[in-house]
Amino acid sequence: MKFAFYPGCVARGAAPELYKSTMLVVDKLGIELEEIEKAACTGAGVLQEKNQKLGDVLNIRTLALAEQMGLSVMTICSTCQGVISQANHRVVNNPEYLEEINKELEKEGLHYSGKTEVKHLLWILLEDIGIQKLQDMFSIDLSSFNFAPFYGCYLIRPSDALGITENPKRKHSLDIVIESTGALATDYAGKTRCCGFPILLINQKNSLKMVAKHTGDAKDNGADAMVTPCPLCHLNLDGYQAKARRQNKRGKADLPILHLPQLIGMAMGLDPKELGINKHLVSTANFIKSIKTKVS
Amino acid sequence: MEAQIKVKRFNPENESESFFQDYSIDVAEDSTILDGLIKIREELDGTLALRCSCRASICGSCSMKVNGSAKLVCKTRIKEVSLEGEPVIVEPMSNFPVIKDLVTEMDLFWSKVKSVDPYVKTNFEPEAEHIVSNESMTHLLGVMNCIMCGACVSECTALEVDPTFTGPAALAKAYRFVADPRDEDKKNRLGKLNENTGVWDCSRCLACVEVCPKDVAPMERIVKMRDLAIEEGYTNTSGYRHTESFSDSIKKHGRLDETRLALESTGLLNISGLIDLAVIGIKSLFKGKIPPPLPHKPKEADKVTSIARRLDSQETEE
Repeated sequence: MKFAFYPGCVARGAAPELYKSTMLVVDKLGIELEEIEKAACTGAGVLQEKNQKLGDVLNIRTLALAEQMGLSVMTICSTCQGVISQANHRVVNNPEYLEEINKELEKEGLHYSGKTEVKHLLWILLEDIGIQKLQDMFSIDLSSFNFAPFYGCYLIRPSDALGITENPKRKHSLDIVIESTGALATDYAGKTRCCGFPILLINQKNSLKMVAKHTGDAKDNGADAMVTPCPLCHLNLDGYQAKARRQNKRGKADLPILHLPQLIGMAMGLDPKELGINKHLVSTANFIKSIKTKVS
Repeated sequence: MEAQIKVKRFNPENESESFFQDYSIDVAEDSTILDGLIKIREELDGTLALRCSCRASICGSCSMKVNGSAKLVCKTRIKEVSLEGEPVIVEPMSNFPVIKDLVTEMDLFWSKVKSVDPYVKTNFEPEAEHIVSNESMTHLLGVMNCIMCGACVSECTALEVDPTFTGPAALAKAYRFVADPRDEDKKNRLGKLNENTGVWDCSRCLACVEVCPKDVAPMERIVKMRDLAIEEGYTNTSGYRHTESFSDSIKKHGRLDETRLALESTGLLNISGLIDLAVIGIKSLFKGKIPPPLPHKPKEADKVTSIARRLDSQETEE
C-alpha cells in the first residue's frame, strides 16, 4: 500500500513528534509513503478568507502532483484534510471551475483530472487497512484505559465535502479506532466541537474557554488521555491547557493529549518515548507510568 | 410503524432539573418527527410543550436538537434518523434558555438580529421603487433563504463559550445588507461588525454551515465580511494581522512560518501577549521541541510564489 504523503506544516514545525510517530506507525502498518515535496501549505481556511481561488489552485496543485505520482494522498491533519477536501469538492462539482484552475496549473506542466483521492490516516486505518487487520498488529491490551476522541472540526464538517454520506463510518472513525485498541472511547459532548485554535491569536479568552471546557469535560467523564487526529487541536489542547484550566477554574492541566499515531503506536507495543509521548507540554509522566504498570 | 421518541423535558415551575421521557407511538412510515411529537401531545401527554407553525419548513419555528444536532423537525422524517427503529432523541436547542420542554426563549436571538440594523439604509428617500439589476443581487439569494430558525445559533461553538458573540444568524443577516447594492451604510456597518463580538470572534468551525436547513452558509458570509472590513480599511485587529501574516507567509515561502505568524498576529507592541508566547516557546524548548527559526519551504517554492503573485493580481483587477 503506497500513498503520496502530505504531512502539513505543523508536523514539520511545532509538532515534530507527530511526524516521527507517523513514520514509525506506517512502517509497521506496511504503508509506503512518498512525500509530495513541492506541495504548498493548504492555507488552512485563513488564506481562503482573502483569496479562495488562490487557496484552491494551491490545493488542486497538490492533488495534481499526486496524480503525477499515480498515488492517492495521505494526510495526518484534520485541517489539511478538510481544506483539501473542500477545494476538491468545489472543482469536482464544477467542471468549468476545474478547467479554470487547470489553466493555472498548465503553466507548470500540471493537470488535475478530478480523480485523486485524499484521505486522513484515520480513514486509511478504517477503510484501507481494516479494523481486523489493525487489531492483529496490536500487542498491548489497553482495555483498562479510557481515551477521549477529539476529531477537529474540519474532519467532521462539511460532511458533503468529506464524503461522510458515502462513508458514514467516518463520522465515528476516531471512536471506532480507539475502541479497536480495547480502550473505552469517552462519551462527552465536546468531541466534535471546536478546540479554539483558530481564534487563539484573535480572542484568546474564548479560545481558552473552549480548551478548558473540552479537556475538563473529558476528564470528568473518565478520560485518561485525549486523542486527536489534528495537530492544530493538539497545539491548543496541550500547549494552552494549563492556562485555560487555571483561568476557567477547571482544575489543573491533567489530561495528556496524544496524536492519533501515538495511540496506534502504543497499542502496537512501540516505546512511548520513541513515539514522542514525553514531548507534550501537559505532563505525560504518570500516564506513561500507568501504561507500563497496567500492561506489564 | 412503532416509533420510540425520547424527549428532554423541563418545566421550571415544577422541576429543578431536566429529565428524559420515553414515548412509544404508532405513526405512518413517512412521518416527520414533528408529526410524532404532535401525536404524543394529542394522544399521550398533553403537558408536552413544543413550538411549531407552518409544518412545511417555511416558518422556522420548530428547530430542535435531534440526536445531538439542530434540525427542523417538520423537515426530518423519523426513518432518516432512526434507521433501525432506535429511539430518536429530541432536545431543545442549545445556546438558548429553555422556557418549557422543547420551547426556547428567542428574545436575545431577536435582539441580536435587530442590533445589525436589518434593513436597507440609503441617504435619500427613493421616489419610486429602488430598482437594481438581477445580477447585482444573485450573490444574496442564498442568504435571503434564511428563515431565522436558530439552528445555526444552537450549534455555534463560539456562542457556547461567549453568549455576547453576535452569532451566525445575525451576522448572516448583517451580510445580507452589507452586500446589498442599494445600501449606503456599508462602511459603518463593517466598522461595527469589526469590533469585539463581531466577525472576528467566529471560530470557523463550520457547525452553522453543516446544520443550516436552508444552505445559508453563515460562516462563509462571516469570513466574507472580514475581507470586506479589511478592504474598507479596518486593519487594527489581531484578526487582520493574523490573516495578513498567514497569507504573506504562503506567498513568500509556499508554507507557513509559524513563529512569525504567532508574533505578528499577537502584535509586536502587545507586550503581555508576547510574554505569553515566550512562555509556551520556552516550555516547548524544555520538552526538546525547538520552533523552527526559519520557515520550511517546499521544493521549487518559487513555483508557489509565482502562482500567488499571479492570482493576487488577478483578484486586485477584479
